[in-house]
Amino acid sequence: MKRLFAILAAMMVLLFLGSLVIGPAKTGIGENLVALLAGGDGPLPLIMREIRLPRALLAVMIGGGLGLAGAAMQGYLRNPLADPGLIGVSSSAALGAVLAIQTGFAAMGSLALPGAALVGALAGVLLVMLLAGPRGSSLTLILAGIAISALAAALTSLVLNLSPNPFASNEIIFWMMGSLADRSMTHVSIALPFILTGGAMLASLGRGLDALTLGEDAAEAMGINLHRLRLTLILGTAAVVGASTAVAGAIGFVGLVIPHILRGFVGGRPGALLWASAMGGAVMLLAADIAVRMVLPDRDLKLGVLTALVGAPLFLHLIYRTRRAGQ
Amino acid sequence: MTLNVSGLGVTLRKRRVLSDVSLTIGKGELVGLIGANGAGKTTLMRAILGLVPHEGQSSLAAMQPLARGRAAAWMPQTREIAWAVTVETLVTLGRTPHLGMGQKPNDADRAAINHAINRMDLGLFRKRAATRLSGGEQARALIARALAQEAPLLMADEPIAGLDPAHQIATMECFAGLAAEGRSILVSLHDLGLAARYCTRLIVLDKGRIAADGPPQKVLTPQLLRAAFGITAWFEQTAQGPVFQPLDIVK
Repeated sequence: MKRLFAILAAMMVLLFLGSLVIGPAKTGIGENLVALLAGGDGPLPLIMREIRLPRALLAVMIGGGLGLAGAAMQGYLRNPLADPGLIGVSSSAALGAVLAIQTGFAAMGSLALPGAALVGALAGVLLVMLLAGPRGSSLTLILAGIAISALAAALTSLVLNLSPNPFASNEIIFWMMGSLADRSMTHVSIALPFILTGGAMLASLGRGLDALTLGEDAAEAMGINLHRLRLTLILGTAAVVGASTAVAGAIGFVGLVIPHILRGFVGGRPGALLWASAMGGAVMLLAADIAVRMVLPDRDLKLGVLTALVGAPLFLHLIYRTRRAGQ
Repeated sequence: MTLNVSGLGVTLRKRRVLSDVSLTIGKGELVGLIGANGAGKTTLMRAILGLVPHEGQSSLAAMQPLARGRAAAWMPQTREIAWAVTVETLVTLGRTPHLGMGQKPNDADRAAINHAINRMDLGLFRKRAATRLSGGEQARALIARALAQEAPLLMADEPIAGLDPAHQIATMECFAGLAAEGRSILVSLHDLGLAARYCTRLIVLDKGRIAADGPPQKVLTPQLLRAAFGITAWFEQTAQGPVFQPLDIVK
């Protein structure tokens, strides 16, 4: 466990530094870091502090948040196929953003688009909670989440369908692919409070999720308050995923694949998987965001496209391994 | 008195599942809860714990969740082990009510865990993934988890179903040993032979009501067996202790 922590921490630090020094402005690594820390005049400190630092910070925050939310969701539902997007937050956040782009509201200021996405996420999570009821089982939560996801996706398609403006449609499609390019410190400051609060809520669930290994009845009889656990899970996931989608668009597969990869390393314990997945998610998104800049530097490859391209085959491999282990 | 229940009733989906159940269980009792399928055994145990909405009083259901976790260990009938954790980790989960958030097990916790593992004969499986054990071995691991909780009252829903004869007997002997130490045990089971041999007392549920409550030889009468189970049986005190063998279905 300590070794896993050390390895993930080392990877995080290395990739964070890597993310800071890689970019179209071809400058030396030392020069870059001096400019970041010491500041000064000229374009380089500006690039480091206003372009690359927020990008690396967002990768850590969003990757970590998605990994954590995925681990918590899988632990609660006791299902390795659960994804933080399952409760409909990411699709309703996307709907909020799409409406903002389509109506032109997004052009009002840099806060307009993420703000609209956050409102969408909030509306989505309230609807899911209303549908699932306060005392419902995990099944009602999944069903309510699927219903809201489908509805939000349908409305997003409707907006695209009826859009009279091809430029807006284009912008919507590209936004929905998910990216960390051209984000500023403003985006960091919008997302940070939500991701920190939501992350702290999810991190507090370890004990309850461990107990849930034995099923809902046994966990409740051991003194775990399942209603509070469920509420904390929904609100924490909504804050993390809503804020992530609001500033970066839809980035899939991190919350699904990372807990799956790391589960074996923590002995299957859902509580220990929380911190491991948070670190693993940050590592994956930092690496993916570096790859996006290295593979096709001139073509603006979207981060969400890459995570899906890497994540889906990885997931297939894991399914294959699970199948073989079951035989 | 470890457990005090009075006037307990449960209605699920407008169907009356349990009516007017009153019982007490004291220290040192090993109480067998018997009854036909659908008689309400599981519902009664869950209602006693406060896991289903109910009317009437149960001293356990009235407790705060954490205090209840320390007062009673509950082993549900569905043997759920969601993740491939080791048997040792699984048994450690029984210490949940004793550990605060982020608290590591101390020496007393580890002693309880080791004791439970040895009692259930799981020493060899300690580091094995619980999900890869056989059904009976998983059941033993889950019983060990409930034992590790070290609560004054142990409630188990059909804990010996699916176990081989030796481990069925060993488990009942383990329960009898715990009762002799002064703990209280409420266990539902279908094996009336083992119930008659090991339980100090039997409670018979029939259509959601208590049909009989007392020592095995007083409870397992021909009339009651016919009414509650629809069977006849041979039941004698022998040199090897009480022997109960179901014989025929009553037409």
